[in-house]
This record gives sequence, C-alpha cells and structure tokens, in this order.
Amino acid sequence: MDAYGLLDVLGQDWVTEARAEVARRPGAIGRHFASAGRRAGRAPLDGAPGWRADEAARALLLAALPPEDLTERVAVLYAEGTADEKLAVLKALPLLPVGAEAVLLLRDAIRTNDARLLRAALGPSARHLDQAAWRQAVLKCVFTGVPLDGVHGLDERADAELAVMLAGLAGERAAAGRAVPADAAALLDRLTQQKEARCASSTRTST
Amino acid sequence: MRIFDPHIHMTSRTTDDYRRMAAAGVRAVVEPAFWLGQPRTNPGSFADYFDSLLGWEPYRAGLFGIRHHATIALNPKEANDPRCRPVLDLLPRYLDKDGVVAVGEIGYDSMTPEEDDAFARQLALAIEHDLPALVHTPHRDKARGTRRTLDVAAESGIPPGRVLVDHLNELTVEIVKESGCWMGFSIYPETKMSPPRMVEILRRHGPERVLVNSAADWGHSDPLLTLETARAMLDAGFDADDVDRVMWSNPVEFFGQSGRLDLSGADQPEPAFQGSSILRGGS
Repeated sequence: MDAYGLLDVLGQDWVTEARAEVARRPGAIGRHFASAGRRAGRAPLDGAPGWRADEAARALLLAALPPEDLTERVAVLYAEGTADEKLAVLKALPLLPVGAEAVLLLRDAIRTNDARLLRAALGPSARHLDQAAWRQAVLKCVFTGVPLDGVHGLDERADAELAVMLAGLAGERAAAGRAVPADAAALLDRLTQQKEARCASSTRTST
Repeated sequence: MRIFDPHIHMTSRTTDDYRRMAAAGVRAVVEPAFWLGQPRTNPGSFADYFDSLLGWEPYRAGLFGIRHHATIALNPKEANDPRCRPVLDLLPRYLDKDGVVAVGEIGYDSMTPEEDDAFARQLALAIEHDLPALVHTPHRDKARGTRRTLDVAAESGIPPGRVLVDHLNELTVEIVKESGCWMGFSIYPETKMSPPRMVEILRRHGPERVLVNSAADWGHSDPLLTLETARAMLDAGFDADDVDRVMWSNPVEFFGQSGRLDLSGADQPEPAFQGSSILRGGS
C-alpha cells in the first residue's frame, strides 16, 4: 500500500495538516512524530493489514518530508525514537526514497531484543542487507520465537548456508529436549528437499 | 485486585520481578528517571537511560501484561554535577513523547543552589509541555525540604493538583495535604514507610489524593509491598473501593492529567510472540 492509500484508510485530518506543515518546514516533524500515538490512537487499521493507526500516522509524516536531507532526518528520528517510533520508521522504509542507507537502521533493529523491531527489519527493505546479516537475522527470529511469516521473500532468499545454521539450531534444541518452531522446521524441510533434488539432478548429469 | 505502582525503577529489577508483579495484580507502572547508584559523567549516558525507559522497559513490561510509562527529568542529586547539567537541554524532545506522563523525579537532595535552579527550570518545562510533575522529597532534613519544595512549586505557577510530592511520612503529610498537591508514600522493607504505618496515615487522612508505591530500585526494596499494603488496608477494615482508589484510581487520575496514559490492554500479555526469549530466559 502506498502513502496515499494509507492516508485514505487512516482518515485523520490532523495528519493531512501536519504533512503540509512538514513539507513546508521539515524541522516541524519532531513534535508531530513524538505525539502521534496519543493523537492517532493505537488501534489496528482495518483497511491496512499489519498497520496500527499510530504507525500509519508516523509513516505518513515521514513520507511528507522533502527529499533533501530525508535520509539524515529519518536516521535521527529513528536514533532518538521510542520503541514505537523506531517501529514506525522501519515499517515506513518501503514508502520512502531511502536506499542502501537504511542498512544501519536495519542492523540496529536486528541487534535489539525487541521482537517487533526484529520482525519489522526483515520486511521488503531487508533486500539491502548482505546475505550473511540476513541469515543471522532469520536465525535470530527462529531463536527468539518471532514467526517467519513476516520475513519478506523468505523462500527466494533462503540458501544452503541458512539450512546448515537451522539444522545446527534444531540439533541443539533436540539435545535439550526442545523443538524449533514449526515454521522453522518446515523451512528446513523445504531447503533440505531442494538440496536433495539438486544432488539427484547433478548425479544424473554426471553419469 | 488491580494495582498501579506509580513509582518503581524497573531498570534495576529482574524479569522475574515482572512475573511476580503480574501474578500479584500489578497491571500498570510508572518508572521515574532517577540516579543509578553509580554517578553518570555525561549527557549521552542519560540519553541512553531515557531511551531505555521509553523503549526496552515498556517492551519488557508488555510481555507480562504490564503497561509501563515513564517520567523524565534530571534528578536532584546529579543536578549538582556540572558534567550532567546539559541534560536539561535534552529534556524538551523527551517531554514531547507519548510514553512520558510527567516531569520527574525533580526536587531536592541536599538543597543546593544548583538544585534550586534545576527544580525551577524543570517545573517550567512541565508547564510548557502540559505535564504534571513528580517531586522527590529529600531523605535528610526532610520536613524543611518538603516545605521548601511546596514553596518552589507554588512559585512556579504549576497548579497544585498537577504536583505529586513523594516519599512522605507522618511528619510531612499534613503540609502537603494542605497545599492541594497529591501525596505519595514509598513503602520500603525497613526505611521510608511500612504497611502498618501507611494504614494509620490513611485512617487519619483518608484516601483522597493519596498514592502508594514500592519505589523499588537497586536498594533494599520490594516490588510487592504495594500488594502487602493493600492487604493491610483490607485487614484494617477499609473496603475494596478504598483499596482500589488508592492502588488504581488515584494514580490513573493523577497521571491521566498528562493526556498520555494508555491503559488499553493493561491485563493482556503481548499476544504476538509468546515464545520470546526474555520470557524463556534466552538472549
């Protein structure tokens, strides 16, 4: 969903007015961004799955920033943000013209132990993470019990190295009499089947 | 029984405390910014602390179904350290934030000119940001310190109904009651105030504008002394409504003046990630 769709679903006039102010005077975003929770409320938005009202309001404020200095302003709002504000920045990234610079934010979010931030960091913007960092983040989801359904493009990006790491974790868990979450076990199964299929086809080719 | 602990330093407590508090009926807490035992030496150290009060702690509390809010300020003790004074310049951006329900803890430790200045400036910030104020009273020279606290608060122009004066005892309750400010009592295992003494104060002065907290921190303290005080009230003949007023409605009314108190789902653990590692003990 783009910013206009989100604005329509949210339907709060103050956001429209605040966006106009932010577009004219980017420095005005601070107070609007900080107070968006109590102004917008925190209810899930029916017309925008996965978005709460406060997150949508903050994302729309960010999307109103002029392109000059946008990356720097977004980075500062993230760095100085509460957990809710950081979450809104991460969710807004796909709506903003921020490129590979987002990596620093994603890496910060992945280092936290806040499951919501970890999950949000593995949305579409995670394409900017290198493969090693992405694998570690996915493994951390499994380790901390964050569902893998929030990982954007999981099956396209999951590789043999991730399978080795998942198998290692599953082995440790089994030794402790515990299981990995069902979605992780299923992913490991898919990766193992792919590997076996590849081996079978390369065996056929070589004989 | 539902309990709102209006003053507890969860940063210093373990996740096991959250578990025990939730089981005891604690559904909401306010964590005031204070000192950490080890003196800090620069404003960045405070910024990380404030960020934790608005980031990690509310998240950690939420996993146990406890709503967490904070009050933000430069505390009286560290207001005396010139290396920490620039924290006053950091405050405005924090005082705009959603989870901040008061300016605090402010007030006096040793009643120095530096504390006078920081106290007055932060009362002005409370007015400017439309927030109530949580005021610590000194542990030494308490009666005169409390009198001076009330004078400075009155001089600032903040309405007394928006000021909570904390750590009171038998000798300071009367003047705070007369001032129209809210009265806070910190129930400690040995010092400050005990459950039986608290019951006696409630008997004498009534439950109006009275808040009871554990002020639990890194010292000898106990986050469940709110519950013990509630039980002592019931044993002494107070009814359930009186207990609920002191343990829940009064803090809700006081901090609700910020317009930022969010108690939605105050008894529902965060549903999304029940397997999260801090519940399990992982990292």
